[in-house]
Amino acid sequence: MIRTIALIDVNNFYVSCERAFNPRLKHQPVVVLSNNDGCVISRSNEAKALGIKMGEPWFRCQAIAKQYGIQALSSNYALYADMSNRVMAILADFSPQQEVYSIDECFLDLTGFEKKDLLVYGKSMRERILKWTGLPVCVGMGSTKTQAKLANNIAKKNIKFNSICNLYKVVDEEKNHLFRAMEVGEVWGVGRRLTLKLKAHGINTVLDLKQANPTYLRREFGVVMEKTVHELNGTLCIELEEVTPPRKQILSSRSFGYSVRDYQSLAASITLYMSRAAEKLRSQGSLANLIQVYIRTSPFKLDQAQYSNSMTIPLATPSDDTRQLVKVALLALKEIYRPRYNYAKAGVSLSDIIPKSSIQFDFFASPENSSRSTALMTIMDKINVKMGRESIKLASEGFDRPWQMKQGSKSPNYTTSWKDILSAQA
Amino acid sequence: MSPLNLLRSYTRKNNTNVAEVFVRVSNKSAEIPLFGSKVAAGFPSPAADHIEVRLSADQYLVKNPTATYFVRVKGDSMVNAGIYSGDVLVVDRSVEPSIGQIILAEVDGEFTVKYLGQNQLVPANSHYSAISFDEADTVALIGVVTGSMRKFP
Repeated sequence: MIRTIALIDVNNFYVSCERAFNPRLKHQPVVVLSNNDGCVISRSNEAKALGIKMGEPWFRCQAIAKQYGIQALSSNYALYADMSNRVMAILADFSPQQEVYSIDECFLDLTGFEKKDLLVYGKSMRERILKWTGLPVCVGMGSTKTQAKLANNIAKKNIKFNSICNLYKVVDEEKNHLFRAMEVGEVWGVGRRLTLKLKAHGINTVLDLKQANPTYLRREFGVVMEKTVHELNGTLCIELEEVTPPRKQILSSRSFGYSVRDYQSLAASITLYMSRAAEKLRSQGSLANLIQVYIRTSPFKLDQAQYSNSMTIPLATPSDDTRQLVKVALLALKEIYRPRYNYAKAGVSLSDIIPKSSIQFDFFASPENSSRSTALMTIMDKINVKMGRESIKLASEGFDRPWQMKQGSKSPNYTTSWKDILSAQA
Repeated sequence: MSPLNLLRSYTRKNNTNVAEVFVRVSNKSAEIPLFGSKVAAGFPSPAADHIEVRLSADQYLVKNPTATYFVRVKGDSMVNAGIYSGDVLVVDRSVEPSIGQIILAEVDGEFTVKYLGQNQLVPANSHYSAISFDEADTVALIGVVTGSMRKFP
C-alpha cells in the first residue's frame, strides 16, 4: 500500500512567535538567542540573508548587528511552548495519526486521504495555522517520513512551491533535478559526520544517495543508512511514533549570568536544577538510578584558571524524590567543588531511568517511606502547578539568584501571564 | 496477611478510614470528584448519579481555546460599546470577521480594537474618527472580540 506522510513545521519558529505578538519585528532582521543570550538559535530570513549562522555566538555578531540593526531577543520558552501546543492541536484535527517530532514540527499520516487534493489539504493546514496563530508553516508530503522531511525542505527553499510540496506529485525529471541540487546532509538522519563519510564514498547529493546500492551502504554504514535509502525511494521503513517514549536521560543545566565562586551559590543552583529534573522525572512516571553533577569554569575566558569536574553517584534505591536526589547531588558537589575558581556553568543529569511501576526495593528500604514520599512529591507538584512555579521548594535552592540567566531582552509572556498579555489601543 | 487484614491494620495505624486508603493506593482516582468517598459501608449518596462539572467562566467565554487570546484594552475609543480602558478582551482568531463586529486589527504595526466597517475601522466614541484602510500602510484583521472581562477592586 502506498502511504502518504506529511511533515509540517513552523518557519523560523522562535522568531515567528515573537513576530506574531510584536508586528514591528516583521520584515526586520531578527534573531533569538539561547539561554543566557549566548548563541543564535533562531533567525528571520532577513538575518539569514545577512549571513548570520545558526548557533553562532552572539558576541561575534556585534559588528554586523550594529551595521544592519539586527534585533536580538532572549528566548521566551513559555511563549514558544504555548504556541507550539496550539499548532499541534490544530494539526491534530487534520489526521487521526500525529507524531509530534519537536517543538515546531510534526508528522501526520495522510494515508487514505489521497482522494482529496492533497495540495489543497496542505494549503488549508497552512491557512488555518496562520489565521489562528499568526505563524507561517511549510508542508512537505511523501510516501515516507524521510521523503516528507525532504519535501518540506524543498517547499521551504523553492518559492514556486508556495510552501507546500507533495513529492508524490512531482514528476521524476523535476524530482531528480531537485535532489541533485541538494547536499546529502539535507537528508533526515544524515548528520555532519555521516556527510563527510558519504562524500568520501562519492555520495555528494541527495540524488547520489537515492540511487546508491542499499546492500553496499548497509555493509559500510549499517542498517539505518540502508533504511534511509529505501525511504528515499518511497518504501516506508520508519513508522510514526504517536507516543513519545519516556526519556532515558534528563538533563538540567544552565550557564550562570555572572561567574560564581562560592559553594553556597553553586549548591543553590544545583538544588534548583535537580528540582526541575526531578519534576520532569515524576511527570513521566519514572525513577532514576544514577545522578551526575558537573561544574565548570568558562572555556571562553582563557586568561582565567580553568577547572571542570563531574561526579556520578548510583542510588541504592531508584528515586524520584526531590529531597533525596538533591541530597545526593549536594554530596557529589561537595566532592568536586574547589574554591577560588570562577564557575560559569553547573548542571545535573539523571540517567538509568526506569518506569516507576517496575521498581525493585532493596532489602533495607521501607516501602512505607516510599509511599509517604510519593504523596509529598505529588502535593508539591500540584501546589507548584496551581500557585505558580517554585511556590514551594527546598530551602537550599535559596531565594535570590545573583547568578541567574542573563535575559537582556525577553519578550512578555503574552499567553501565560495575566500581567504580560498583549495590549491593544481602543 | 490477607488484603483485608492489611487494610484494617493500615486503618488502625494511620487513624484513617478504608475509603481513603483506596484513594491513596491509586493516584489517578484522586483526580475525579470523590462524591462516593465515604461510601464503603454506608448508604450511597443520592447525588452520586448527578455529578456535573461546575460552571466555569473560561468555558462560558472561550469557545475555541486553541485560537483564543486575551488582550488588555488601553484607551477609551470603544466606551459606547461597553469596552473600557483596562478591560480584558477575549479574541478568537478562528472567527471570520464580518462588518459590524468588534475586532482586533493590526494597523501599521499597532494593535487596535474597533468596529469593523466598510473598508474602515470605526470607534464607539464620538471624540474619535474612523480609520480608513486607505490611510494606513498595512491593515490586518487579527480576530473577532467575542467577549470582555472586568474585575472590580
